[in-house]
Amino acid sequence: MTNGPRTLYQKIWDAHVVDTRDDGTSLIYIDRHLVHEVTSPQAFEGLRMAGRSVRRPDLTLAVPDHNLPTTPRKDAAGNPIPIADLESANQLATLRRNAPQFGIRYIDATDREQGIVHVVGPEQGFSLPGATIVCGDSHTASHGGLGALAFGIGTSEVEHVLATQTLLLKQSKTMEVRVEGQLGPGVTPKDVVLHIIGVTGMGGGTGHVIEYRGNVFEEMSIEGRLTVCNMAIEGGARSGLIAPDEKTFAYLKGRPYAPTGEDWDKAVAWWKSLATDPGATFDKTVVIRAEDIQPTVTWGTSPEDTSAIGGTVPAPEDFADASKRDAVKVSLDYMGLTPGTKLTDVEVQNVFIGSCTNSRIEDIRAAAAVLKGRKKADHVKWAIVVPGSGLVKEQAEAEGLDKIIVEAGLEWREPGCSACLAMNPDKVPAGERCASTSNRNFTGRQGPGSRTHLMSPAMAAAAAVTGRLTDVRELVG
Amino acid sequence: MQPINHVAGRAYPFGRKNVDTDVIIPAHWLKTVTREGLGRGAFEAVRKEPDNVFDDPEYAGAPIVIAGDNFGCGSSREHAAWALLDMGVTCVIAPSFSDIFSGNAFKNGILTVALPQLAIDRLMEVARTDPIEIDLETQTVTTQFQDRWSFEIDPFRKHCLLNGLDEVGMTMAQGDAIGAYESKARDALPFLAKTLATVG
Repeated sequence: MTNGPRTLYQKIWDAHVVDTRDDGTSLIYIDRHLVHEVTSPQAFEGLRMAGRSVRRPDLTLAVPDHNLPTTPRKDAAGNPIPIADLESANQLATLRRNAPQFGIRYIDATDREQGIVHVVGPEQGFSLPGATIVCGDSHTASHGGLGALAFGIGTSEVEHVLATQTLLLKQSKTMEVRVEGQLGPGVTPKDVVLHIIGVTGMGGGTGHVIEYRGNVFEEMSIEGRLTVCNMAIEGGARSGLIAPDEKTFAYLKGRPYAPTGEDWDKAVAWWKSLATDPGATFDKTVVIRAEDIQPTVTWGTSPEDTSAIGGTVPAPEDFADASKRDAVKVSLDYMGLTPGTKLTDVEVQNVFIGSCTNSRIEDIRAAAAVLKGRKKADHVKWAIVVPGSGLVKEQAEAEGLDKIIVEAGLEWREPGCSACLAMNPDKVPAGERCASTSNRNFTGRQGPGSRTHLMSPAMAAAAAVTGRLTDVRELVG
Repeated sequence: MQPINHVAGRAYPFGRKNVDTDVIIPAHWLKTVTREGLGRGAFEAVRKEPDNVFDDPEYAGAPIVIAGDNFGCGSSREHAAWALLDMGVTCVIAPSFSDIFSGNAFKNGILTVALPQLAIDRLMEVARTDPIEIDLETQTVTTQFQDRWSFEIDPFRKHCLLNGLDEVGMTMAQGDAIGAYESKARDALPFLAKTLATVG
């Protein structure tokens, strides 16, 4: 228990301590466990071999997302279409088999609620403020946008949570990232988080939990907050979180898993008490002026390799650190970029709008607003928009956004992780460039040899239209 | 988990900074439902580079990797730890590690040793020609040239690694404490202690 004024993180931590050892390691209770097909098979196998069961199947929810093709899932007669890749099909079948065997609720690939696990959790009201939420996926940090302590775990930890509903953890250090001021036109939550990572570096948050504070996050929508927290891990922090407020409560109320009646009132009262106390201190503070943030893209193979869209490709010599200079040299070579090139002169052949970072309804709306009445450039060979869940897809279609997207020459797909990582048929060919709303521009992330430029949905839509990296403000004034 | 105490042998002088888990094991290898066989996919993209250390016969079968800052960043995939184990690596030495990777490594009996960059620079040099030794009991890294560095490790992790302990079994032995927390939470935080089962 922390004495004196406490941060949001410390309050959630204190409420979940089952036991603390002499060395400071604590057994922490886990309120919500999300499971997908990639990081769970070996965990279930481990339970089976040890003859163990799942302690709280009612706090666990399984949904497939990583391996699923985003092409139609049912044929004309309504029957599921088999998945061609046998390994993917086997991994998906393994989850479909494991979930009922261990009594876990399971959303199937063809259910209307299916989607990316980090879109489904908040959307269903399964993820709640003040909760400890884990999933075998580093982008679990997303759920911190609701004010939850959410973080990614490995498969051994998945097994540990399934068996005990707890994890052995050491309290992290705290880091405050404060963004204050007025964001300019065309500057979205994605630009904010890319800019932050550019400032802190990809290791800047290691060992820390980040709390995003300041009027920019207070004014941000819940979808935007989920986008920002999603990429906490790209700055090295296992979790990022934002204090829950009236917007959070309004977002959650009435969602299928959200509390109701008396429980709801109790919940809101407790959630309101979670905000960081005045006078609480952080181990590290980063302050950024909102006015300094421009529409931002990445040029290299690390999420810290960011630049305002008006910038140029940097040279290795621009960096003081010797190992960073070497890394930049390797990454420019991989990216096929020459120092000094204007970013807006860089051509793209592929566009991907989707992923757990940017596939919620607001993201689809932002892309459609740019695409409306425009056409994708001829040399853009492949441009797809992948909603984060079946419910996002339904909502977008009800608003006619799918038509705008298709008329602009982009494809409208079924929900899933898609081209964020090369685990399903959606891949970027070697040597080709992709304007992508996903979260990682790592070497080979979107397919062997793929070259990724990270950006917001509006910027990716603008890139689809012009066929090059583009300042969206030039298209939409 | 295999107990681990002493690691001695040649080391891959890899040295790169910010080695993410997509580099350690690319996503297309993650479709497996077992832990074995991932060594074949380890550092796949790096292995396409000419003169890479992982295909240099000089280091074949080395149990140690030496790397730069922030090793294991990015995706939480434990397949990265399984891939390292499958290629015979039981110790990684770097100035720093991502939080998730170091947890995954620990749970699979891989020792992660954090040493300052100066030590890494020296080890990169030694590794090209000679073996390196890591002793967990005394928490030291040594070479035959009188180099000697101490490293820090969490006492609990050290105890588990030395004895090859199963963490799940250890926590299950605390079932009563978990049950007590659950009854307390049912009253204090009822909205977290249950979910409405309306989907799936």
